Amino acid sequence: MNQLQNFTKGFFRENPLLVLVLGLCPALATTTSAINGLGMGIATTFVLLGSNTVVSLISKMVPDKVRIPSFIVIIASFVTIVDLLMNAYVPELYEKLGIFIPLIVVNCIVLGRAEAFASKNNLTTAFLDGLGMGLGFTMALGILGAFREIAGSGAIFNYKFINGDGILVFVLAPGAFIALGYLIAFINRIRKT
Amino acid sequence: MAKTESTFKNMVLTLTLIAFVAATCLGFVYELTKKPIEMSALKKKLDAIKLVVPEFTNNPDEEVFRVATGEGDSLDVYPAKKDGVLTGYAVNTYTKSGFSGDIHIMAGFKPDGTINYITVLEHKETPGLGTKMDEPAFKNQFIGKNPSDFVLRVNKDGGPVDAITAATISSRAFCDAVQRAYNSLFAGGEWDGNSGSTESADPSDESEKEKSKE
Amino acid sequence: MSNLLNVSPSPHVHGKETTRKLMLGVVIALIPALAASIYFFGWGAIIVTITAVLSCVLFEYLIQRFLLKKAITITDGSAVVTGLLLAFNLPSNFPVLLVILGSLVAIGVAKMTFGGLGNNPFNPALVGRVFMLISFPVQMTTWPVPSGFSTGYADAVTGATPLAVIKAGIKGGEQVSALMDQVPSHMQLFYGYMGGSMGEIAAAALLIGFAYMLIRKIITWHIPVSVIGSFLIFTTILWLAAPEKNADPLFHLLTGGILLGAIYMATDYVTSPMNPKAMIIYGCGIGIITVVIRVFGAYPEGVSFAILIMNAFVPLMNTYIKPKRFGEEVKNG
Repeated sequence: MNQLQNFTKGFFRENPLLVLVLGLCPALATTTSAINGLGMGIATTFVLLGSNTVVSLISKMVPDKVRIPSFIVIIASFVTIVDLLMNAYVPELYEKLGIFIPLIVVNCIVLGRAEAFASKNNLTTAFLDGLGMGLGFTMALGILGAFREIAGSGAIFNYKFINGDGILVFVLAPGAFIALGYLIAFINRIRKT
Repeated sequence: MAKTESTFKNMVLTLTLIAFVAATCLGFVYELTKKPIEMSALKKKLDAIKLVVPEFTNNPDEEVFRVATGEGDSLDVYPAKKDGVLTGYAVNTYTKSGFSGDIHIMAGFKPDGTINYITVLEHKETPGLGTKMDEPAFKNQFIGKNPSDFVLRVNKDGGPVDAITAATISSRAFCDAVQRAYNSLFAGGEWDGNSGSTESADPSDESEKEKSKE
Repeated sequence: MSNLLNVSPSPHVHGKETTRKLMLGVVIALIPALAASIYFFGWGAIIVTITAVLSCVLFEYLIQRFLLKKAITITDGSAVVTGLLLAFNLPSNFPVLLVILGSLVAIGVAKMTFGGLGNNPFNPALVGRVFMLISFPVQMTTWPVPSGFSTGYADAVTGATPLAVIKAGIKGGEQVSALMDQVPSHMQLFYGYMGGSMGEIAAAALLIGFAYMLIRKIITWHIPVSVIGSFLIFTTILWLAAPEKNADPLFHLLTGGILLGAIYMATDYVTSPMNPKAMIIYGCGIGIITVVIRVFGAYPEGVSFAILIMNAFVPLMNTYIKPKRFGEEVKNG
């Protein structure tokens, strides 16, 4: 597998949300609008990049038995950094995403990549993998968020193009499940042909 | 480089080292972001105040005082002054009678008690129903009214306030919060028995999550 | 494509009849209630019903023809029944475009996504209704008051359902006996003189349809009787415990969608359990959840949620509650 593939696989072939179906909790909870989805995705990408890089650097030094605790400490640190930075510089987005920023620490994608990929690969590969996976996740959240915003509030990127409300169910939790289900079905359909 | 053995000493050392580095980084980022976080919280508060009171030149946040609601707690009041002359009050008020959860509202009054403007700070109401209380179509009917003669009660309860369609609870809660602000500030925390808000002082009301939605 | 039953994974359709004959029977049983709603709501009822039925059939055809590329089964009549039941669950002044959207959700999301008739875990018409209720709460909760053909489709006078009036009153601290004056009498409720969804109002008409379906053996008594029985027992207990805080059981039975739900929606072949014992458990679940939502929940009415919740348990019941095989020995512990 060449380096380019390490980067691109996160978008389609191994998209963490649409193919591996990981990270469902933030995907369902924060994608009420395109901006929220993208914001969540970018925050996750930052954590993934940081944790993948550091984990691949130190994985040889860490004894096997304390591998997971070490990774968690590293991931938690990056999450806290993102949390503080967002609180300081993008307070509005931070308020909307709320608890789901701290919850990145338990996102399966982050620990999954650290444990399954970064700890076994060199720095460049792990970095590209983290970037690809993160951006793939961001893309999926962005699409889901955009769809839910268009259908649910008749707006896109906060620009309202219809008067009044959309189909409200799409800004609520049930709509998230329905939209995600059809998005995954659509991707599967493309993958099969 | 060979893989480090999982001996007790190695494990303790590695974890300590990682935790130490992590803690150092976090401490550094915390110091870096402390100021901006405070600033943004303050800015948010001032923006809300700016929205609800006539123009001011002082810093209302520094002159904040608290008034008792008569229910055992108190509300933050931010006086707005222009060149030392009082132009209005912004009251950070709340209600527990929302459809789901508490609603926090910043209500702006002129010195004589007339409502200047109102903005909703925080709520968990149903999208498309209760969320409409922060839209001009609903809240503009309060502008320029004085709660001393404009009874804060929805049509359904015999008042002059046009409730949001299919969201009477949220409309009632909105009125309740504004009434609480008015009474605390201008009536010394006493509820006038006719306002219809007295019921909400009853703690049992918290269980009142309800109705007329279907 | 024959009209014989398709062999599908469980749950199987019961009986030796063809799907088409059974569905025709259900449609006939729905006619009295349809007539009642046209009598009370006039043009609105006709427009909403026709839109819902036509768009359900059309969507089923389009999806089978162009998306699934399977044999077309619209002639089996199940889409007609879904359309009728969906219309029965909407107010009669519901905008036509939204009725079409509701039909798309009922057929497209709730039925065809799972593979069409026989595979859908949830009742399509109810999924359509709940989708609309959550998405368009304002339109779904402004009920026209019965006025026959005297008013047009769009300008009907609206009001709350009796259940909503009572619920709002009780929460407002009023006594039930005082509130009863604000709602139609029990006799009026029985004939259907009240605001509400099109199909749920006329208890008398629904009971006629129930009798017809029982006589023709289209459904068995287990589900409707266990739903209504458990519902009545629970409301009676509440009523006896606090008569000023709870409406009487008969009022509860005659208002809202409990009869419509118990007779037509809960008994849907595909989404209900297969054997009598499981049917009774399923029915009691619906009855009890309905009362819990009505009395303690945020919504004044909960039949549709109750049925959908119990739908989710049907596969589990079909797995664990099986009739004893003929000749099977009972193990003595």
